[in-house]
Amino acid sequence: MNSTVALLLCGPAALLATAILAAAASRLAAATRLVYGATLAISAVLLATAASHLAGNPGEASATLPLGLPWTGARFRLDGLSAFFLVVVNLGGTITSLYGLGYGQHESQPHRVLPFYPAFLAGMNLVVLANDAFSFLLSWEFMSLASWALVMAHHRDEASRRAGYIYLVMASFGTMALLLAFGLLAGPAGTYAFDAMRTAHPDRFAAGAVLVLMLLGAGSKAGLVPLHAWLPLAHPAAPSHVSALMSGIMTKVAIYGFIRVVFDLLGEPAWWSGVAVLLIGGVTAVLGILHALMEKDLKRLLAYSTIENIGVIFASLGLALAFKANGMASAAALAFTAALFHVLNHSFFKSLLFFGAGAVLSATGERDMEKLGGLIHRLPVTSFVFLIGCVSISALPPFNGFASEWLVFQAILRSPELPQWGLKVIVPAVGGMLALSAALAAACFVKAFGITFLGRARSAAVERAREVDRWSLAAMVVLAAFCLLAGILPGFVIDSLSTVTLPLVGERMPVQMAQPWLSIVPIAESRSSYNGLLVFVFITISASLAAFFIHRFASHALRRGIAWGCGFPDAVPAAQYSAVSFAQPIRRVFGGFAFRSRETVDMPAPGALEPARVKVEMHDVAWEIFYQPITGAIDFATERLNHLQFLTIRRYLTLVFLYLVILLLVLALWP
Amino acid sequence: MAVIFELAVQGAQMLVVLLLSPLLIGFVRKVKARLVRRQGPSLIQPYRDLVRLMRKEVVLADNASWLFRVTPYLIFAATWVAAALVPTFATGLEFSWTADLIVIVALLGSARFFQALAGMDVGTSFGGLGASREVMIASLAEPAMLLIVFSLALLAGATQLSTVAAFMGSPEVGLRVSLGMSLIALVMVAIAENARIPVDNPATHLELTMVHEAMILEYSGRHLAMIELATFLKLLLYMSLIACVFLPWGLDGASAGPKALAVGAAAYLCKLAVLAILLAVFETAVAKMRVFRVPDFLGAALMLALLGTLLLFVSRSL
Repeated sequence: MNSTVALLLCGPAALLATAILAAAASRLAAATRLVYGATLAISAVLLATAASHLAGNPGEASATLPLGLPWTGARFRLDGLSAFFLVVVNLGGTITSLYGLGYGQHESQPHRVLPFYPAFLAGMNLVVLANDAFSFLLSWEFMSLASWALVMAHHRDEASRRAGYIYLVMASFGTMALLLAFGLLAGPAGTYAFDAMRTAHPDRFAAGAVLVLMLLGAGSKAGLVPLHAWLPLAHPAAPSHVSALMSGIMTKVAIYGFIRVVFDLLGEPAWWSGVAVLLIGGVTAVLGILHALMEKDLKRLLAYSTIENIGVIFASLGLALAFKANGMASAAALAFTAALFHVLNHSFFKSLLFFGAGAVLSATGERDMEKLGGLIHRLPVTSFVFLIGCVSISALPPFNGFASEWLVFQAILRSPELPQWGLKVIVPAVGGMLALSAALAAACFVKAFGITFLGRARSAAVERAREVDRWSLAAMVVLAAFCLLAGILPGFVIDSLSTVTLPLVGERMPVQMAQPWLSIVPIAESRSSYNGLLVFVFITISASLAAFFIHRFASHALRRGIAWGCGFPDAVPAAQYSAVSFAQPIRRVFGGFAFRSRETVDMPAPGALEPARVKVEMHDVAWEIFYQPITGAIDFATERLNHLQFLTIRRYLTLVFLYLVILLLVLALWP
Repeated sequence: MAVIFELAVQGAQMLVVLLLSPLLIGFVRKVKARLVRRQGPSLIQPYRDLVRLMRKEVVLADNASWLFRVTPYLIFAATWVAAALVPTFATGLEFSWTADLIVIVALLGSARFFQALAGMDVGTSFGGLGASREVMIASLAEPAMLLIVFSLALLAGATQLSTVAAFMGSPEVGLRVSLGMSLIALVMVAIAENARIPVDNPATHLELTMVHEAMILEYSGRHLAMIELATFLKLLLYMSLIACVFLPWGLDGASAGPKALAVGAAAYLCKLAVLAILLAVFETAVAKMRVFRVPDFLGAALMLALLGTLLLFVSRSL
């Protein structure tokens, strides 16, 4: 057994041991500190191991443990892809544990969180390492169940219970799809090891079915539209640091599952598979961010924005599939690198934003943006790092979100070289959708930051808010620094991803760190280039020059006065723009087809004294088209079958007899 | 030596855009005034306005935060950097590879992001109104802009503006329908981005109609000067962009020597003058539209850009 893999397997074992200890000792006062301290240390060790494997590039290593099914054992394997996702998982785990050291102190029922948190981390680590269908599915289910327990931490809350129920149903559905996909991959021989699946190439029909099942299975965990319904319910219901793990990291583990099967095990893709993934990605991105814009609960807004980012990643993966199917390896490497880079970036800024939302929650006790406002005065550090997260997720230069979206657009611009007409027409349209979702994301996070942190306080809770503890602040500051660093040094990330892309798409992006001034040049300098570092330096210099000039030559006088209110003094804070009113223009533009929204005005009769009321009616279209018919059919069927419980003995005997007759008939008629 | 020359040219471009942009605004205002038979303020009035604003005290709302005070500098810096990266009188400047067209558009997006936040900082209805309308307009203008970039990149094989300009100046371009569509779409986006009539009125202070002015209503003194200068720079940026992509005559590489640069500078001034006159005539001829007509206007730009791209595919395969 390879020593790196052994070390990486000891990590989850240690995490599981921590979980058991935590279950035993969770009522102790020091338990919170001990558990998060232990997960912090274990995750940091795992992170260092995985990162050194990724940087050192010593190839693959595998191990078989005598666990699981008898005589077969559980296989584990470490390659570039697993190493990269281990870095994502454990970086998230490390920083979340750091945050948990402070935030966990506010938990009213620590015994419902502490045992499951290390188990959740262990599950995610094991999914990424698994090398056969059995251990993959087992770890996947373990991860789902641990996160379900965390969603149900506050199970006395009706909303949490509903979220947990829907999450459980959707997770079972997803696992069923995965089970069928692995069944198809295993073929008639029933080879359930990934190594055997890699060499066996399924026929075209089976390959198509596997792709669809993976989109259902991994897509439901990642939150692809229309399988996203559980995500905005479940992610915000968990404690904030677990929300960060679920949104920032667990969705990435789902993406890992998709990449592992579709890029690695399935062999050469067909070009139309790229079309399917691209379209779903584009639609997911736009609908996700539109839902986020309509939201006034801060954590639900973040969860919907996760759906948008998943859409961007899937669109980029679809592009990589299309390029790979046509043998354009360098373009496929570009699109694939862009997707992985966005995976890393999203894990940074989404964790940061959920931490920020957690800080707001612990400082004010509010998640509803309509009751917040003006927090920039009360929480200076939190508001600053939250702002950095907002700028990064809105894909604005020079932060990291822009670097990866720029790479996605560069990959889209290579689509004219594709031979198929379908792809030629669809890719620019998806490019337009991604641009639309990026612009809407900027709008959404102007709203999120503007309503929560700016303006005047909308409730008394805000006026009592105090800055959060140092552990939480440290975790957020570290993530904000990562957002900036990955934005101004994208070449470093791109080069570290070369060991991941090379085996999966057969090519890597050109070496970026050797470029002059550390710019990134995906194809050729005359074609396109971007230098985040120089953009950052130029903006800093220009802003400093302007500030210096103003300081030197312009007036210094400053007077505080009341804000201009058209001559009406002392407008109440409720007169400010709210989250709903901020989104109103966009709702009027896009709401018609995205939500079938309708606005009606109740105008009182002339002379009547009651106020006029505006009513807005919005529909979750995906819920109504896909879920309600299914739940309706299930209800209908159970209603009918329910009668079978109350039959007399004669009727039961008749049923048994009829069943026997049918069975014998089938056997007799079977050719 | 060559490096120093190229750095000097780059520096000159930064200064040119900074110093020329108020003059451009002054020129547009002058032409507009003349078109309605007014005398109009002097050409250098925008400079005077800036100097006067710099000398005045700042009146800050009681609950304005640090973000409100930092934002003018950020907006100015992002816009200035973006404007300095668009080729004006020469292509292929020392730092032109720092950013391609997508980055330049995104830099303006950064400026707008902070402007909208600053609008919401004080907590008056005006700021929120301006910010929410501004992001609505941007959410349609940005995809249209990206599709324009896409069809340009399809033709020129690059998003690097210097390469695009060189390609558009070469004889192999010819006359294309999709280029015409892209030009119209780009002009529409430029009008929306610069808050000009018919999308927004830069001269109004009537609350119900304004977008950009509503966001900056609370600004005064030196802060307002910075924001105004950034607005001027943005107009110059879009005019330079249209000039360098669709009117690339007289543009030459930065290393071509002083004579070619002088020709480029003269050509650039002529192009700006022509575009400014066209803008003034257009603004005088049309009326401002209602806010909720703007999505139709920008939707048309989006569709034109998409059609241009698709037409390119069709014409290429024939």
